[in-house]
Amino acid sequence: MHDAKYIVPGLVAFLVLITLPLWYNAAMGRSAVGPTLQYPEGESQCVLPKDEMKGEHMQILDDWRDEAVRDGERYYVHPDGTTREKSLTNTCLGCHGDRAQFCIKCHDYAGVKPYCWDCHIEPERD
Amino acid sequence: MSQLPKSDELAKVDFTPPDEHWMDTKVDFEKRRGSWSYPGAKKNLEYVGFPNPRQWSPLDEDWKLPDNWQQIIHDGLMDRPERYRSLKVFMDICVRCGACADKCHFYIGSGDPKNMPVLRAELLRSVYKKDFTTAGRILGRLAGARSMDLDVLKEWFYYFFQCTECRRCSVFCPYGIDTAEITMLARELLNLVGLNINWVMEPVANCQRTGNHLGLMPHTFKDNIEFIVDEIEETTGVKVSPTFNRKGAEILFVTPSGDVFADPACFTLAGYLLLFHYLDLDYTWSAYASDGGNFGLFTSHEMMKRLNFKMYHEAERLGVKWILGGECGHMWRVVHQYMGTHNGPANFLEEPVSPITGTKFENTIDTKMVHICEFTADLLKNGKLKFDKSRNDKYRVTFHDSCNPARAMGILEEPRYIINQVCNNFFEMPEGTIREQTFCCGGGAGLGNDENIEMRMRGGLPRGNAVKYVQDKFDVNLLACMCAIDKATLPPVCDYWAPGVGVAGVHELVANALIQDGENERKTDLRGEPLLGFEDEEEGGE
Amino acid sequence: MNVLFSLLAVGVLIALGYLGGQVAGLRFVFGVVIPYAAILVFIAGLVYKVIYWAKSPVPFRIPTTCGQETTLPWIKSSTLDNPHTTLGVLGRMALEVLFFRSLFRNTRMEIKEGPRVVYGENVYLWAAGLAFHWSFLIIFIRHFRFFTEPVPGFILAMQYVDGFMQIGVPVLYLTDLFLVAGLTFLFIRRLWSPQLRYISQAADYFPLLLILGVALTGIWMRHFTKTDIVGVKELAMGIVTFSPMVPESVGSVFFMHLILVCSLFAYFPFSKLMHMAGVFLSPTRNLANDNRMVRHVNPWNPEVEVHTYAQWEEEFKDKLEAAEIPLDKD
Repeated sequence: MHDAKYIVPGLVAFLVLITLPLWYNAAMGRSAVGPTLQYPEGESQCVLPKDEMKGEHMQILDDWRDEAVRDGERYYVHPDGTTREKSLTNTCLGCHGDRAQFCIKCHDYAGVKPYCWDCHIEPERD
Repeated sequence: MSQLPKSDELAKVDFTPPDEHWMDTKVDFEKRRGSWSYPGAKKNLEYVGFPNPRQWSPLDEDWKLPDNWQQIIHDGLMDRPERYRSLKVFMDICVRCGACADKCHFYIGSGDPKNMPVLRAELLRSVYKKDFTTAGRILGRLAGARSMDLDVLKEWFYYFFQCTECRRCSVFCPYGIDTAEITMLARELLNLVGLNINWVMEPVANCQRTGNHLGLMPHTFKDNIEFIVDEIEETTGVKVSPTFNRKGAEILFVTPSGDVFADPACFTLAGYLLLFHYLDLDYTWSAYASDGGNFGLFTSHEMMKRLNFKMYHEAERLGVKWILGGECGHMWRVVHQYMGTHNGPANFLEEPVSPITGTKFENTIDTKMVHICEFTADLLKNGKLKFDKSRNDKYRVTFHDSCNPARAMGILEEPRYIINQVCNNFFEMPEGTIREQTFCCGGGAGLGNDENIEMRMRGGLPRGNAVKYVQDKFDVNLLACMCAIDKATLPPVCDYWAPGVGVAGVHELVANALIQDGENERKTDLRGEPLLGFEDEEEGGE
Repeated sequence: MNVLFSLLAVGVLIALGYLGGQVAGLRFVFGVVIPYAAILVFIAGLVYKVIYWAKSPVPFRIPTTCGQETTLPWIKSSTLDNPHTTLGVLGRMALEVLFFRSLFRNTRMEIKEGPRVVYGENVYLWAAGLAFHWSFLIIFIRHFRFFTEPVPGFILAMQYVDGFMQIGVPVLYLTDLFLVAGLTFLFIRRLWSPQLRYISQAADYFPLLLILGVALTGIWMRHFTKTDIVGVKELAMGIVTFSPMVPESVGSVFFMHLILVCSLFAYFPFSKLMHMAGVFLSPTRNLANDNRMVRHVNPWNPEVEVHTYAQWEEEFKDKLEAAEIPLDKD
């Protein structure tokens, strides 16, 4: 092999970079399994079924914000006929009160930083 | 030249590619007369021991190839990637982005898609893929691969002798793929089965034997220079006295043999003689290393080395301190990029120092060979030359960067500095046609022969057109250059595309302006043509 | 023909991915086995190819010089386009690799009435190429959020900047847009220009369509048919911590995305995509133009038959004498 003094370090750098997750995770010692969530006690139903909430909650929150703040439509009629206030603080956090045990777990795991908390503050817990 | 169309006809280039796939088009040599070169003569191949010497013509059905020519090409193609990383990398990484396509002067002038550098390389790459890649073997055409057959070989001969190895495409390639390198190696393969052109092989054989491409024997070489000496005396009244094969001289001067023989290159040679005389330089010519040019470059790396050998061999024998090289294009490609590797180290020489200014040429401390324009620019900068710029006033000058000095060396400023010092009227051609983006004269790499004239004019279109532009805009009437091939090929290009523009070497302009002790009252330039203000005396002066 | 073949190939891959996600018995194969194989082929193939290149020497120093060389001290040399030092070469290579210096020079030739040959500026190929490559790199690095736990800060920062416009939820990444725009331009350009169409092969369309497929399935999954992102990360983390699993919640779009990515990885070392590594090894760019200062050694410098002075003198002795050119043998 010719020019090994340039090519070998180049290849090593490539190998290190491409396999970085291996070393990083080994060093961090985390398991592959994702977080388990603490669901609110006593409530059986969110505004939509769980699977839909997983995929769509960000869209729903976004819509609610626009509708409530800009159009003044403050209430959401649930398919079961009940009515909920379109409010992150009151409705969502009313059940999922402990952000650290709910929102943040998945958000941290997936590396997604929601900008909810740029404006909203976490309510005082009882 | 009779069948050459008029220039406005030739300029109507059709860039529409043919309907057939490029692997299906064949070269019809009969129809394409004027765009290929005659094959290497038997005697020339024999002299340098090249394979398969014979009489043949591309027009023949039978090219008289060896029976196992396919095997020979295959083996040659197997061997070269092992020796040239460039070939491996260039074969493997081209993405066919097409940036190179309209950079080739032959493509611009012909519209033939196989003159796009990408497709020229693909001619070789397709065979390489078939022979050496699994995908190519299995998928064939779908993977851009094809088997070597006689039509492919004929196509190779046609298109790899339709590339002047000018490297312009390589400037634009995002990976620096160099078609010159591909053409050089493809020509090596073609040479293995005896396919080459005489305009390359004759100079090669001549140079191997006599020391120069023109085949001038030592006495003729000397006679020619002495003829120019006489001419100089007639024009200027100055008697210069060059020496030949003189041992103990400080400097060996080597220039392409075209300067010794051909008009207008011989006026450049007159320029050297006058400059050296003015400086009282301790230098010698060599009738053995009597050509700096190296057409071996256009056959194989090995042949290049054989011809280049003479330069150091002679410098050592004569005991000179260093070598000074004249104006030439491909000679400087060899000297700058190959000579040290091939025939160095030249430890018997000293690091070049200008005896006039004391300037040490730091950039040449290994090869110990200095370009004449570096040498002269240094003289001018140090005010060592007395000159009268107005003697060049009849010229409105532009400068053509030769491919190799521009793209295999980068000597761009020195000639401009010199011209600006010795001429009052200098005008650049448009951006995109000068410096590292300069265009080939259309006749480099051995293609500057008469039978190839149509292709030369096509390839000369971009250069000629840029000259025409400055001719129209600034009344330019002289194209200066520093390459012996240019001096042979650019006059027809100018006559065809920009009639009225002449061609001259940089050192012809230097010597025109140089004021010598004891010279005549100068009424003419080196060509014997009247200076500005002396036109009326032309008759009487003769 | 080449386009259709490439389109078909990508289509078949997507169908396979869909199947892999739907058929219970195949999910492990498509979610774990194939990704492992693809990564292995990519890494081993790339290393093999680079070593294959490296086994051949660079016999001659042949940089393409794109500016003034270094000569006399009062002439300014072009340190980046015609470098004569290692530092200069590093600079040249950095410009080449990071900003596509050579492609930036691109011009467009046209022959106008007259004839007048003109060379116009043409930065589109450069701009699209740069947009595509940089976006792809950023997207690639962004994906490390699926392969690391906890997610390192710089990746979060990168995501934040990339999604700075805060368009929609989940936020739209600008690189996603640039990637698709760049690829689309490159693809249409190939089809549009007759000359380019003429030189294009299946190997040119296929990677474009493949990467476009990767991008579109990714965008589809992010903004339209959502999949369980926690499950996706569990799958990815399983691979890099060698505890593979395929969570049930991971949907078919993901499998389509994954098979395209795996195909890209496995195809890479055997294709023109190796220009990623090759650009570093191009002898016209990675060598200093110090040819007359430092000797370059050719390891196989050939022995050749030469015509020595002595032989020459022998042959032309009479003529040399007649011309009064001094002889050695006197």
